[in-house]
Amino acid sequence: MLKVSVYRYNPETDKEPYMKDYQVDTQGKDLMVLDVLELLKETDPSLAIRRSCREGVCGSDGMNINGKNGLACVTPLSEAAPNGAPLVIRPLPGLPVVRDLVIDMTLFYKQYEKIKPYLINDTPAPAIERLQSPEERAHLDGLYECILCACCSTACPSFWWNPDRFIGPSGLLQAYRFLIDSRDTATEERLADLDDPFSVFRCHGIQACVAVCPKGLNPTKAIGHIRNMLLSRAA
Amino acid sequence: MSLRKITFDAVIVGGGGAGMRAALQLAQSGYKTAVITKVFPTRSHTVSAQGGITCAIGSNDPNDDWRWHMYDTVKGSDYIGDQDAIEYMCSVGPQAVFELDHMGMPFSRTEEGRIYQRPFGGQSKNFGEGGQAARTCAAADRTGHALLHTLYQGNLKANTVFLNEWFAVDIVKNDDGVVVGVIAICMETGETVFVESKATVFATGGAGRIYASTTNAHINTGDGIGMALRAGFPVQDIEMWQFHPTGIHGAGVLVTEGCRGEGGYLINKDGERFMERYAPNAKDLAGRDVVARSITLEILEGRGCGPNGDHVFLKMDHLGEDVLHSRLPGICELSITFAHTDPVKEPIPVIPTCHYMMGGIPTNVDGQALTVVDGKDQVIQGLFACGEVACVSVHGANRLGGNSLLDLIVFGRSTGLYIEKALRDGINYTTATDANIDTAMVRLNKLNASSEGGSVAELRKELQGIMQNQFGVFRRGDFMQDGIKKLADLRTRIENIHLDDKSDAFNTARFEALELQNLFEVAEATAITAEERKESRGAHARDDFQERDDENWLCHSMFYPVDKSVGKRAVNFSPKTVDTFQPKARVY
Amino acid sequence: MVTQVTSFGRSGLSDWLLQRFTAVILLAYFVFIVGFMICNPAMSFDTWKGLFDTTWMAAFTSLTLFAVVAHAWIGLWSVSTDYMTTRTMGDKATVIRMTFQATYSLILFYYLVWGFKILWS
Repeated sequence: MLKVSVYRYNPETDKEPYMKDYQVDTQGKDLMVLDVLELLKETDPSLAIRRSCREGVCGSDGMNINGKNGLACVTPLSEAAPNGAPLVIRPLPGLPVVRDLVIDMTLFYKQYEKIKPYLINDTPAPAIERLQSPEERAHLDGLYECILCACCSTACPSFWWNPDRFIGPSGLLQAYRFLIDSRDTATEERLADLDDPFSVFRCHGIQACVAVCPKGLNPTKAIGHIRNMLLSRAA
Repeated sequence: MSLRKITFDAVIVGGGGAGMRAALQLAQSGYKTAVITKVFPTRSHTVSAQGGITCAIGSNDPNDDWRWHMYDTVKGSDYIGDQDAIEYMCSVGPQAVFELDHMGMPFSRTEEGRIYQRPFGGQSKNFGEGGQAARTCAAADRTGHALLHTLYQGNLKANTVFLNEWFAVDIVKNDDGVVVGVIAICMETGETVFVESKATVFATGGAGRIYASTTNAHINTGDGIGMALRAGFPVQDIEMWQFHPTGIHGAGVLVTEGCRGEGGYLINKDGERFMERYAPNAKDLAGRDVVARSITLEILEGRGCGPNGDHVFLKMDHLGEDVLHSRLPGICELSITFAHTDPVKEPIPVIPTCHYMMGGIPTNVDGQALTVVDGKDQVIQGLFACGEVACVSVHGANRLGGNSLLDLIVFGRSTGLYIEKALRDGINYTTATDANIDTAMVRLNKLNASSEGGSVAELRKELQGIMQNQFGVFRRGDFMQDGIKKLADLRTRIENIHLDDKSDAFNTARFEALELQNLFEVAEATAITAEERKESRGAHARDDFQERDDENWLCHSMFYPVDKSVGKRAVNFSPKTVDTFQPKARVY
Repeated sequence: MVTQVTSFGRSGLSDWLLQRFTAVILLAYFVFIVGFMICNPAMSFDTWKGLFDTTWMAAFTSLTLFAVVAHAWIGLWSVSTDYMTTRTMGDKATVIRMTFQATYSLILFYYLVWGFKILWS
């Protein structure tokens, strides 16, 4: 039996959030945290979580697992709570809670939309694809794989304080993904939009984002690249 | 009961690849377009597609021809794919793929700067005479992810309205039987709304969760099929379920066919590359149905791997670390996470796993949903479908790898184009009355009023068990009849689920109950139709009817929900610009 | 573009650059003063005064004073816009933040004038 402590809050019935303890029979298996929550939901279907692909590519089930942000579906018990230690599950921090482990991600998505997350190229499109060398394409590796799970941004203190004005690691990773795409022609416009005291420069290089990214991406590095681009544009 | 009403020119139910491609087309032309999606769009199941989009763009081979691709697809479908639709998909495909690149999709590249293409199962050159073709356009092994995010980004640019985390419950029909929208619930607040629209597009994806072991996401519950069947509309070829040869043993997570495309192969417990016996030419890149059956036979005949002999191995270590890490990085990650195996060093344990629903709502190439009246196709006014929920039919009895993503973008696009034109010409309909809306609310009202009944988790397990055991890779009449009896018993219980928690805010229990009812509709249609089709064709393999029966069954099956009867519909053998591909024995 | 009229350079990049430039000046000044004290273990008031009577030292110190003001302004502005926001304190945050910013700007201005008076009079 595994002790699982889960953050519960239903705005219709609860005055304030509380931690509820469950006992889950894992049959000694090294289950993924999501499997444990699904087992738990068999006895208590009132627990609200988001989940979809269960293989770490859709980014639905970001949550705070024993103090660290991660995806429940690719976090095994042996990593989250080794040696039968209790599992403690809370919603991702820093954004409002809708119910239980479901958070309101509006601000997170707003920041993503702010960076114009789409290719801009006003030259007429060719009859085939726009050519791009493997080297140019390689610049996108480590950037395009982002799944928008929000583990990084909700682990970032700067984002906690200014989620409405600091783009946050996830959005900035995507900003750089388009800045560096050889097919994109809006570099100047994109950089001009980022050159204010909040959007980029609230990153203080804490690197909490790097520590939690379930896809192994490095937003801090991307932010450094953006800063260098801003610098060479201004200097 | 009076509900709040919101009105759009077009409403798309489903925010996956097909839905967002259709939405993009409409939003770009300035029509007020909304996407109702029960998960944030980039969490749709398209995101899990790995290997690529099969399409003759002539990058790997400048002489590649969409007609060769068409031939492969017709053959892959075991000849019940509609040839006019396949012709449309294969010929329009390149344009649709180039549009994705122009939108910013991060395809992998060749040295010439063109889109990288890899070999996939069932793909040939020169109408099967020229050997294996490399035709599948890829973004590493994350093509679905790259595609879905690109489409979402395109829709943001086009100002599509997204009703994110809204759940569509049932179809609303007016007094004339025209589909005029859907009942939907905003998941965050629990508010129920009538979303009215001149065109309602179902792009709700598949229903792989009817099986216990599936590569499909938790959300693949056949909501569109459930809604269509409850509204009395038929579904086509619903007995055709693809079992992907390589799901990770135990976890069900997909391992792309691209692994075999890049040179990986399957071995049994003796280390034998057994596909050489079953498909001497194509070997591991034979059609998916062929490979899945071969694996199952190896296991049944005692040559399975592991202590229980219940799986086979996919060997890739000979490809080397560089190839695996550059071409298949996602697979390496999944394999380490879910199989505790690093493919660079060891083979991955795999087993055929439910993957794709070839059947669905019958449509024409414009995405218009069809029914059959007096033996003639008739358009269902107001209703459209595209993507996995639709059956155009380009996949027939067996889908080729890489054709699903092509299906999404080509028919999402064509549906959007058609509706755009129809809206320009003007669509008039009678507004739904309160009585019409009440009819659509019956199911939800019943669930909300329930005071006793079974639990969702238990009933879902029971359903998935029946489907897994009695309607799997190999099927047999008596087993299936028994399964149909069990399902009949299950229906009453699933219609009378008890919803204990009646709260409004993000009540996932309510949605899981509604989803289970949808799953059930799909399962029942599958079971009854599978039992009826007394032959083996494509993915439908029967022990008691092992041969293909072109005399009686070279046709689509149609399941009519009102009287649960199964009918037949002719397959289209009249492509517009090429000669018909006549049915012949299907060997790889 | 997110703007902030109270930020020092009105641009994230200039604030960020200035923060780093001034940090280098402050570090250089600190290293110099510590070095000077180590080299003059038996330092008297006269040696100290002699140092500051040179024009170059007065210029170096003035530069450092400017650097302190700019560095502190940017740093404290950052801190105040992190913690004194409507998200953390509600509606009264703006008043509190403006008061805080006005107060420390006055203090910084006072230090600047005081320093100049000592150095150049």
